Amino acid sequence: MSMNLAAIGYLVAAVCFILALRGLSHPATSQAGLRYGMGGMALAIVVSLMVLPDPSFLAYLLIIVGLAAGGTVGYVIAKKIEMTAMPQLIAGFHSLVGLAAVLVAAAAFLNPVDFGLVKADGSIKLLSLFEMGLGTIIGAITFTGSIIAFGKLQAKLPPAIESRLGALKGPVTKAMSSKPIMLPHRHVLNVAIAVVTLLLLAAFVSGESGFAFFLMTLLAFALGVLLIIPIGGADMPVVISMLNSYSGWAAAGIGFTLQNPMLIITGALVGSSGAILSYIMCKAMNRSFISVILGGFGETGAVAADDGDKTVKAGSAEDASFIMENAQSVIIVPGYGMAVAQAQHAVRELYDVLTNKGVEVRFAIHPVAGRMPGHMNVLLAEANIPYDVVFEMEDINSDFQQADVAYVIGANDITNPAAKNDPQSPIFGMPVLDVDKAKAVFFVKRSMAAGYAGIENTLFYTPNTMMLFGDAKKMTEEIVKAIE
Amino acid sequence: MEAIDPGVFNLIIFVLAIFVGYYVVWSVTPALHTPLMSVTNAISSVIIVGALIAAGAASGFATVLGFIAVILAAVNIFGGFAVTQRMLAMFKKRG
Repeated sequence: MSMNLAAIGYLVAAVCFILALRGLSHPATSQAGLRYGMGGMALAIVVSLMVLPDPSFLAYLLIIVGLAAGGTVGYVIAKKIEMTAMPQLIAGFHSLVGLAAVLVAAAAFLNPVDFGLVKADGSIKLLSLFEMGLGTIIGAITFTGSIIAFGKLQAKLPPAIESRLGALKGPVTKAMSSKPIMLPHRHVLNVAIAVVTLLLLAAFVSGESGFAFFLMTLLAFALGVLLIIPIGGADMPVVISMLNSYSGWAAAGIGFTLQNPMLIITGALVGSSGAILSYIMCKAMNRSFISVILGGFGETGAVAADDGDKTVKAGSAEDASFIMENAQSVIIVPGYGMAVAQAQHAVRELYDVLTNKGVEVRFAIHPVAGRMPGHMNVLLAEANIPYDVVFEMEDINSDFQQADVAYVIGANDITNPAAKNDPQSPIFGMPVLDVDKAKAVFFVKRSMAAGYAGIENTLFYTPNTMMLFGDAKKMTEEIVKAIE
Repeated sequence: MEAIDPGVFNLIIFVLAIFVGYYVVWSVTPALHTPLMSVTNAISSVIIVGALIAAGAASGFATVLGFIAVILAAVNIFGGFAVTQRMLAMFKKRG
């Protein structure tokens, strides 16, 4: 196959990837889009196999074994994974892209001839070395950063792994805890490591030094860990989007090294996708990207609330069921707690019984509800709740005024009216759902503890709020039973 | 006039692709942001084309690195597309 024909094949693959993303503009077109994505990938692999520089039979065998082994593992994981564990899975997948980028760059450095990177005198082109080095650094940060993010989202390591850690167990479990870890002078440390890494990159480019490449990669690995450990659990939607973006830039870096426009296009698509998601998440939390990266949110401790005479009204499942079945319109507000309690199927039953009684039931999704962008939508879809009753914040927020009941399950900070009316509040200015405008609010919660931001929710003390203390799943099931 | 270096062409492609990505991704519905992440993860594993070059050449350690990279990228490609398909199949309309 001529290289020109191969380039056309790659172009078609890149267009397929664009169409795959384009399809996601609506659930109805998304599956057709995905088929373009798969087709593009198959085409890209076939084309690159056809233009391998003098491959042997053994090489093809090796590649097929690798594809089959990796493919089987990936497929099995994808089929078995719980939808609630999706954030961890995505973080884990990002780490693999990062590591693969590092390995490809290292292989290109060790074997520049087959990658077509050598000049007439046998040395590697300077630009190629630079692109290779940059791709490696971004890939390495993506790799270790994603592993830490995976740990923070997973919260618990499998016992088989934990028992093998030995002396490392303490530090490893600590690094992977969802609590931010604040090393002393961490900003100075991070900047110092970054500067040294860039100096090593310069040494690598000018001297084609394998040792500099090795050290540079190690430092980038360390930087990935240090960048993510100070970030707390509540900021995970930003972190996971950011790592998504990094994995794209790493792929683009490898694309420059390999002079492969398809890889460059794909990397740019993924990179900008992750960047846009990070931006949306930051905006929904009213935080700057920089402040998230610097980390430590949620560590400042609970803000001492003014101790006025505040009373909380607590109710039972029967109270809630009576008001709900006599309501005309109910809006359900799910949050991360719904995922933790695996309550999405109970919520679906609630949706069913209320709809059967002629109550209009809708769902209101805050952009940062859950641990990753779109997390709640997937969980609700998994529980067979139709997507046309699930609304984004900006589309439903004005409807709370007409709603008879707002049912808050597993969400907290995203409903806090203090973000609208208390300039002293740490979350002041963050867009929140106007839950307090509903005629009655039922708030399912285990106890009176504060949310992830460590802030008290003033919604608890408004006269139209009734607290339903208990497990989200159990409480919802009890309400369903009472209505039936 | 001297010829334009291929590296510059690549830069042009890169910048234009960022713009394409920007407009395409803003049109993605927020409800599908999780599938967006898993599908971008799958397609970024197209770095497998680099891994294939390394694994396909007989050059000792570089071949080993390439082989490992093929496995990792394959996990992502198959896993990423399969999990996206699973999620998208769940999104149903009323009725």
